[in-house]
Amino acid sequence: MAEKVIYAMYDDDDVLKDGAKKLVAKGVKVADVFSPFPIHGIDPIIGVKQTRLGIMAFLYGLTGTALATLGMNYFMIHDWPMNIGGKPNDTYLDNVLSFIPITFEFTVLCAAHGMAITYLLLNKTLPGMPATNPDPRTTDDKFVMELRLSDNNQFSEVELMSMLNETGVIEVDQKDIH
Amino acid sequence: MHKEAAIREPLILGHKTYHEITDDVCKPIEDKAPRMWYILFGIALIIGLYGVGCIFYLLGTGIGVWGLNKTIGWAWDITNFVWWVGIGHAGTLISAVLLLFRQKWRMAINRSAEAMTIFAVFMAGLFPLIHMGRLWVGYWTLPLPNHFGSLWVNFNSPLLWDVFAISTYLSVSLVFWYIGLIPDFATIRDRVKKPIPKKMYSILSFGWSGRAKHWNRFELVSLVLAGVATPLVFSVHSIVSFDFATSVIPGWHTTIFPPYFVAGAVFSGFAMVQTLLLVMRKAMKLEAYIHTRHVEYMNIVIMVTGSIVGTAYITELFISWYSGVEYEAYAFFNRATGPYWWAYWSMMTCNVISPQLMWFRKLRRSLLFTFIISIVVNIGMWFERYVIIVTSIHRDYLPSSWSMHYPSHIDLGVYVGTIGLFFVFFLLFARFFPVLALNELKTILKSSGESYKNDTAPVHPYFAKHGHSHGHDDHDNTHNH
Repeated sequence: MAEKVIYAMYDDDDVLKDGAKKLVAKGVKVADVFSPFPIHGIDPIIGVKQTRLGIMAFLYGLTGTALATLGMNYFMIHDWPMNIGGKPNDTYLDNVLSFIPITFEFTVLCAAHGMAITYLLLNKTLPGMPATNPDPRTTDDKFVMELRLSDNNQFSEVELMSMLNETGVIEVDQKDIH
Repeated sequence: MHKEAAIREPLILGHKTYHEITDDVCKPIEDKAPRMWYILFGIALIIGLYGVGCIFYLLGTGIGVWGLNKTIGWAWDITNFVWWVGIGHAGTLISAVLLLFRQKWRMAINRSAEAMTIFAVFMAGLFPLIHMGRLWVGYWTLPLPNHFGSLWVNFNSPLLWDVFAISTYLSVSLVFWYIGLIPDFATIRDRVKKPIPKKMYSILSFGWSGRAKHWNRFELVSLVLAGVATPLVFSVHSIVSFDFATSVIPGWHTTIFPPYFVAGAVFSGFAMVQTLLLVMRKAMKLEAYIHTRHVEYMNIVIMVTGSIVGTAYITELFISWYSGVEYEAYAFFNRATGPYWWAYWSMMTCNVISPQLMWFRKLRRSLLFTFIISIVVNIGMWFERYVIIVTSIHRDYLPSSWSMHYPSHIDLGVYVGTIGLFFVFFLLFARFFPVLALNELKTILKSSGESYKNDTAPVHPYFAKHGHSHGHDDHDNTHNH
């Protein structure tokens, strides 16, 4: 079913933020905001939760630490122990000092790449994906607020429009999306 | 919005709007390249190709074509490797460490500094690979199951740590750089009209649309990447220094190496950033974004790290005598007064004396002076590595094996070739990529733009009518208090 969406365009991040605050205070639900750069402080206003990617990065990092530890324990202690410069290698703990640098590097490698890949997948930003910003100017100097009629059943379209017009919009556009 | 003291120098000069920032950064990409670009690119390409030719000759003939001998088994190759890795330290330091410290001036320079880092690490990585002589078995450095050979790689060896350190550093820097580039590519995608560039930038921008949730993730990912990249910056050159420090060669076997190498790396990396940016800001008309204040900040970093390096040289010298180990003492005595005295004193002049001139405010704010010093510093840092490597090994324990190193023309060709290749990459970057993090710059416009700081920027008509807003409130407060 097609859904009616209102795109309200602003030419300043602070005007949009001020507008969003007023609309939300009246009970309007703002579905999304498109902006050329992060607008600080917009997230709590429109109800965007803080991302949990940081926790993911930590888990990827732990995975890296574990893999490096298990790997080096197998390669250097169990599978093919070697006497290298007389460094003690009877147990993993004897030899662990030599393994710190690689454990660290591998932890960082896994944390960084794991998080980056998760980030791209979550955003659905991958090579060849189509852009979904409503107007090409939103990557330059315009800021667009997206309102969905279905999210705001308590207001009529006309009411929403009149409320928007009080917030300093420069253009309002309507679209049916599927 | 962040409050910023009114007396702090603005980071963006004059009055700019968001749209003007986009224009200023995208113009050079959309316009035809100036004739100078083609000339520089042509020169860099010829030099780079000559270097590639030398590398092929080397691979076909063997590393005997270098000026190495039985005593001096490591010379220009490893010198160039360490030199390039060192240069590759500034980018991630600027983008990661300065992000953690919330230094806003990084935003004008981080993109190109990171690009420089990545290309410099490419060049660095080339040297150990060709030094293997058999480039095609380079993958033996990876921990592969031992049916490829008879053994696992040696995890006790700093050379293997280096493989992990450099490849992690390179790939994490690349990812960090690219994640920042995605929104800027999207800006170019939405601006260009011609079909082929449009297609290219739309692939490069990964379909970025600038949703609030995506920006929320973007900021966190940048912060966490900065957090993990920061220890990485310090670890890479520490591990490079382990290549020397864990050996028992007099002059190499010193515990001071890791911090001293890291400081030296930051020192030469910032110098290279200065060399490149001073030209780029002029050529691409970015003087409003990268101005005297930015140059001064970088000069202060050069001065501090240069002083650390100078202190390390003198400490090393003192300790070699104080240790009472004759071999150690001789290694340093020989550096300063032996046949390679000229390399030692070039290093001392370029690295110890020149950064001290930056104590003078007039000098560190002079662009021409900065440009000259930035080149002097990198010459000095090349000599530092040459001194450490060649002069420490050219006089062996046995006087009968004492020797000298004379570089062959292939040594020279490969080295100069990597400089050519580096500039090929950097010029391509400057031509096709947004050289400033333009969307990040927009976030500091209202707090650090000159017209906003001195209140000459026009007040938005909406706020002129309604009066209040958080952004402008904060701004006014800064002035009232």
